[in-house]
Amino acid sequence: MAILECKDLCFAYEGKRVLEGVNFSLNAGDYLCVVGENGSGKSTLIKGLLGLKAPEQGSITLSDGLKATEIGYLPQQTQVQRDFPASVYEVVLSGCLNSLGSKLFYTKELKQRAMENMERMGIEEIKDESYQNLSGGQQQRVLLARALCATKKLLLLDEPVTGLDPIASGEMYNLIKLINLCDNISVIMVSHDIHEAVRYATHILHLGHSQLFFGTAAEYRQSSLARRFLGGGQI
Amino acid sequence: MTALIQMFSYHFMQRALIVGVLVSLCAALLGVSLVLKRYSMIGDGLSHVGFGALAVASALNLAPLAVAVPVVVLAAILLLRLRQSAAVKGDAAIAMISSSALAIGVISLSLSTGMNTEVSSYLFGSVLSLSRGDAVFSILLSLAVIALFVLFYPRIFAVTFDESFSRATGTKTELFNTLLAVLTAITVVLGMRMMGALLISSLIIFPALSAMRICRSFKAVVLTAACISVLCFLTGLLASYFLETPTGASIVVADLLAYGICRVAGRK
Repeated sequence: MAILECKDLCFAYEGKRVLEGVNFSLNAGDYLCVVGENGSGKSTLIKGLLGLKAPEQGSITLSDGLKATEIGYLPQQTQVQRDFPASVYEVVLSGCLNSLGSKLFYTKELKQRAMENMERMGIEEIKDESYQNLSGGQQQRVLLARALCATKKLLLLDEPVTGLDPIASGEMYNLIKLINLCDNISVIMVSHDIHEAVRYATHILHLGHSQLFFGTAAEYRQSSLARRFLGGGQI
Repeated sequence: MTALIQMFSYHFMQRALIVGVLVSLCAALLGVSLVLKRYSMIGDGLSHVGFGALAVASALNLAPLAVAVPVVVLAAILLLRLRQSAAVKGDAAIAMISSSALAIGVISLSLSTGMNTEVSSYLFGSVLSLSRGDAVFSILLSLAVIALFVLFYPRIFAVTFDESFSRATGTKTELFNTLLAVLTAITVVLGMRMMGALLISSLIIFPALSAMRICRSFKAVVLTAACISVLCFLTGLLASYFLETPTGASIVVADLLAYGICRVAGRK
């Protein structure tokens, strides 16, 4: 069953189209990797999916009770965050903000949810540590736990392994796959790392100002597009 | 002890004490978010706008706070907008607005009362400048600032830590940025009569920076900053009374010392 469907999607900045002809759907449990070169429209698509940028044309339909504000988003880290004095628990708990509604403070249930997600990510022992003192891999786990607090159905990850060493990246990929398989949470991941994308994802969306490819990872591996991209650009 | 009792038998000292403690609290609470969001310079820019507004108000014989609060609030909203637009870069916009406001203030003062002690009291602050009406107004506004900060604390934290995530999960980040700017504007105006236009921004920045040296969590930073801020204010006020030094400057020096202590204590 599709939880997300994009039909003939176009995005433009000041009348100039940056992305067009995007048609794909995502079923519950799918793991979709969005790949493409710099400036190919990946970030624009993310904004569109999150409801932060209105499409110029076409539609994004969320079904099965999913709302744009209930997507577990993991944004790219900013410089401000790297030296931010906040405890792990505070950061994770802030993921429950979209369940707050009109209430002013976090309820016991939400605090419980934050604790559970920290346990899921294996960071409950460092819950009182300061975020700024963590390693890059631990910081990403914290942000992933926060994203899980915000969603029950769909994670949207924007280059989650940027800046991580190979071991931490591997752990991160495994963790994401685990969440995807065990909790049946769908994943959309934007990535530069095409090799890992093909390895972990079930579906690939390749963008280059328009939709160049959408299909299963197995199909993608056979395509000429993938061969060029996987080969690192040489023809 | 008797000296203390005598000190607070003066009405202006009582007013200075109450308003000062409340404004220090406001400044410290907001300061944490402002420093972390890299908005520190907004406080500085707003204080100059406040100076301009107060000077014009006194030249026209209007109630100083009633003029300055709306003007500075507007300036704060304008500064936030300018930060987001690409036409003028944020820091340049602040420099532009603050020096223009300073210039307008100085001109209107020199045309009305002449460059005299009035100017010095605006620039460097004075405990004598608070009238009874000002004091009541200040107390009400600063209580409102503290209440709003406490009520929206979870949202303010989220927006400070990660704007993109907060926006994506449906928080109106624009609204909270504006709220932050408006509250800062009010705090700056309330504090600048005592601290002076040139020194008020230190009240916002110092306690936050000091607390960040020694604390690990956001809540601890906020609470510690509030304590440091009030303590430094009291120290500065007492010092200025007994040593006959200017109040605003004494408070800033107390904050500087506190920062030094936190810096050393935080280096483990």
